[in-house]
Amino acid sequence: MSNSKEWPLWEVFLRSRAGLDHKHCGSLHAADGPMALQLARDVYTRRQEGVSIWVVRADHIHASDPTDKAALFDPMADKIYRHPTFYELPDEVDHM
Amino acid sequence: MYTQAMDIPHTDGPTAVPAIDEQAREAEFNERAGRGEIVEAKDWMPEAYRKTLVRQISQHAHSEIVGMLPEGNWVTRAPSLKRKTILLAKIQDEGGHGLYLYAAAETLGTSRDQMLDALHTGKAKYSSIFNYPTLTWADIGVIGWLVDGAAIMNQVPLCRCSYGPYARAMVRICKEESFHQRQGFDLLLALSKGSEAQRAMLQDAVNRWWWPVLMMFGPHDKDSQNSELSMKWGIKRISNDELRQQFVDATIPQGELLGVSFPDPDLRWNEARGHYDFGAIDWSEFWNVVNGHGPCNKERLQARVDAWEEGAWVREAALAHAEKQAARVAAAA
Amino acid sequence: MNASITALNPAHAPYVLRIADGSLILAQRLSECCGHGPALEPDIALTNVALDLLGQARLLLSHAGALEGAGRDEDALAYWRDASQFRNPTLCELPNGDFAQTCLRTFFYVAWQAQLWTALSASKDAALAAIAEKSSKETRYHCEHLAGWVVRLGDGTANSTERLQRALNYLLPYTNELFVDDDTDLAAAAAGIGPLPSSLNDAWTAQVQAVLAEATLKLPATTPFRSSGRRGQHSEAMDYVLAEMQSVARAHPGAQW
Repeated sequence: MSNSKEWPLWEVFLRSRAGLDHKHCGSLHAADGPMALQLARDVYTRRQEGVSIWVVRADHIHASDPTDKAALFDPMADKIYRHPTFYELPDEVDHM
Repeated sequence: MYTQAMDIPHTDGPTAVPAIDEQAREAEFNERAGRGEIVEAKDWMPEAYRKTLVRQISQHAHSEIVGMLPEGNWVTRAPSLKRKTILLAKIQDEGGHGLYLYAAAETLGTSRDQMLDALHTGKAKYSSIFNYPTLTWADIGVIGWLVDGAAIMNQVPLCRCSYGPYARAMVRICKEESFHQRQGFDLLLALSKGSEAQRAMLQDAVNRWWWPVLMMFGPHDKDSQNSELSMKWGIKRISNDELRQQFVDATIPQGELLGVSFPDPDLRWNEARGHYDFGAIDWSEFWNVVNGHGPCNKERLQARVDAWEEGAWVREAALAHAEKQAARVAAAA
Repeated sequence: MNASITALNPAHAPYVLRIADGSLILAQRLSECCGHGPALEPDIALTNVALDLLGQARLLLSHAGALEGAGRDEDALAYWRDASQFRNPTLCELPNGDFAQTCLRTFFYVAWQAQLWTALSASKDAALAAIAEKSSKETRYHCEHLAGWVVRLGDGTANSTERLQRALNYLLPYTNELFVDDDTDLAAAAAGIGPLPSSLNDAWTAQVQAVLAEATLKLPATTPFRSSGRRGQHSEAMDYVLAEMQSVARAHPGAQW
């Protein structure tokens, strides 16, 4: 087992066509950002899967903790007044 | 490509038996997974789940990478430019599949280097089929038709397994895999319509690969480690014998289209069962290959070790350059 | 492609064949690397370069065969000519060597192709201009990718710098051939088919020297060495490359694959 350092891990995000968001599609190892971009092109877009690539070092991503799911997301459940369907209006103006 | 990880005894060391409340948590986890709930990377999971998945996913990845070698052996000699192009793209796909799988395994807390180290030191296994040599151009077509065909049967159910990153990698892989089987069959179709020498080459390849391909599905169910958990976790949905039977039933008619016979005097359609009967598998050959004594185990592993060791200076140089660049950017800021 | 197209003059087909053979033989060398790269990702990337080059070769060989008008298709040209009939520059047939040599050799050639495709956009041969236009996009990526490796290896560790310097000292003389005009080139240029090789020298040199400087390499002194693959006189490596590439096809004359 060698002591050499590993190439860092990068997460890859692809925009499949104009108008859509970049979506996570996987990861790869590369020594630096420009290499990561090129390798992402060669690994993840061989079948024309994308028109734009973002690569982010995996250790630069801040992610929510799954154990916090309840505290983070449950409180949104009872704020139904944020949704248009909460409001019953007369038919004449219901198209709002 | 296929992995036999579930059925081959492994030497990871014993998994610690969890405490009582942990056991309850595990049982609940297993029930939820069994109901089709998806587990993602940072979710809590039993240690047994994590270890099993790391092993299965990484060995699946190793199989893809080692699988590049038998076909790489003929890419420089492909007899037409069209076939050369197609084969090169296929081998490249296999590298890509390995990469998607290594990426999925890394979400479970292992690293690429650790997984490769396990492969290179012989601790991790890869599918036994890749320890057979490709001796003629026809072998390339047979690998696409039979080996990829077998792999596809195993892989499609994995697209619904409980671990999100693995399932998503499998969806990607399955999309690309069907080209692999089609190109193999297309290659053999050309041989089957060709000269006497080409047809003989085709039959010879089928004769050599048929039994090893059947062994790809792993030991008989009665000799396999029974894993109810793997069923719950969705990483093994159909039994070895069932898959093997499905494969034989699908493949025999395809062989008829190619005008080939199969090297099994006991092969015959069983009207009562509604399936093909086939002969006894030589399991001593299977275990020999799995244990490192197959036709080219050593060559396959050595090729991977050589590539990795010879590439060390390249990987180091790339990192050194990245560090220099980062320092320059910081100094300029 | 038509079964036969009218060549503008007798130099037309040979001129196109030279470009085709360069792509083919370099693709063949790069395909040897597949599965043996220093890491999985660069392995996949380099194979993409090989696939692009193979695609160029197929288009150009088909076009050359049509111009020749003797009924030879891409496979007839690839598998049934002997070494002396191949017209790739010797640079393309040299062994891959280590990763430094592989990257530098490929970089030298794709940087040359980049200049060539630009010049060919003005070709009186519309089909050739179209192939050049399509290929120029791939080649632009190849140049970026390979230049990136040359710089990383040249300005990496002491070991990688040494290896790349060794590769440079060995390979640079083989690039001299890329810029020598002979009768075929003169006749083709006169008919507006394509540029004189010598006309590509300045731009190529500027691009390459910039990359080599960033890679912290020392340019070896120019030498009078001239390889002669473009004239059909190859190195000893060429016959081995063809022996491997053509072996299965030649073992079955007339077979379809």
